[in-house]
Amino acid sequence: MSTIDNATDAALHTITVVVNGNPESTTARTLQAWVEARSVLPAALATAVNGNFVPRSLRAQQPLNEGDTILTFQPIEGG
Amino acid sequence: MFATPRDWEAERSAQVKEEPAQRAGDTEQNARPSSRSQDQNEWHIGGRILTSRFFLGTASYPSPQVLQDAIAASGAQVVTMGLRRQLAHGGQADDFFALVKATSTHLLPNTAGCHTAREAITLAHMARELFDTNWIKLEVVGDAHTLQPDPFELLIAATQLVKDGFEVFPYCMDDLVSCQRLLDAGCNILMPWGAPIGSGQGLVNPGALRTLRARLPGVPLIVDAGIGSPADAVQAMELGLDAVLLNSAVAYAVDPVRMARAFKLGIEAGRLAFEAGVMARQDMAVASTPVAGHPILL
Repeated sequence: MSTIDNATDAALHTITVVVNGNPESTTARTLQAWVEARSVLPAALATAVNGNFVPRSLRAQQPLNEGDTILTFQPIEGG
Repeated sequence: MFATPRDWEAERSAQVKEEPAQRAGDTEQNARPSSRSQDQNEWHIGGRILTSRFFLGTASYPSPQVLQDAIAASGAQVVTMGLRRQLAHGGQADDFFALVKATSTHLLPNTAGCHTAREAITLAHMARELFDTNWIKLEVVGDAHTLQPDPFELLIAATQLVKDGFEVFPYCMDDLVSCQRLLDAGCNILMPWGAPIGSGQGLVNPGALRTLRARLPGVPLIVDAGIGSPADAVQAMELGLDAVLLNSAVAYAVDPVRMARAFKLGIEAGRLAFEAGVMARQDMAVASTPVAGHPILL
């Protein structure tokens, strides 16, 4: 495989998702892969894709596609 | 707590029959508990046994240390937490959560900031996963200026969350009929507001709270929001409400730790007064020293 072919493959595997309102590029194709690429504990994060809650146990089965929105929630102080 | 809709109604009738009014001050709204547990301070809420009737919020304290000290001084066994849409790297979110968890209190996560049932339902599911509890303080705000709950969206969200296995603590208005609808939807607990969130106005409508207590004697009622001073908490407890939830009144005090203790004592005093039965008001003086009618002629 040539260098050009590799670059083309990489380009094909990059998608844009919208994370908490901000577009970002990722090669992750599942929510779990996306979370694991972050420097946060997966258990310290609650997630939703396209507005629907995705439980921790289902992140591996949640595909990510071009244009998907990801929301992440974390514990904060509250009244 | 109640198996079928309107069971709370039967509960109410039963209690009223058991506790007939015996004197002017002993009316339906302050019917005292008919049975006392071994520890007289124990009470049940959401499947747990507590001895404190003080629920404390964790927001807006001057420092994490002051928050920790305030929780300790309050004696609170339930503290509220929130969720925010963020992706904080590093340990900041974890540190705060760890600090609160170290207090060994029960966590009551909220759905603050939600304006629709759908948002609140999603956030509740996230909270259950993050905080590992089925308790949820259900907030669905209907007005940006008063932050008062939207009774319609609240009912939709509560109905769904009860079906999903949550113990719903609905932050609700003090309107009797909308509260009855929440009970019909399967809520076991009600959290009527005292006043707008963070306003410190105290109980703006004590008559409505008195009506709730009178009509729903079997339902745990927690005043949530608007409390300013310990006197407000005493008033709520004297009305026979079961607990008080507050945050700003402690967090924004000049000395939050001392204020936490002041509220602890106020809530205990108010509860004791309710259980003891406040004397009936009289229109005119009633001499307390038994010399009235016996003039002393010097």
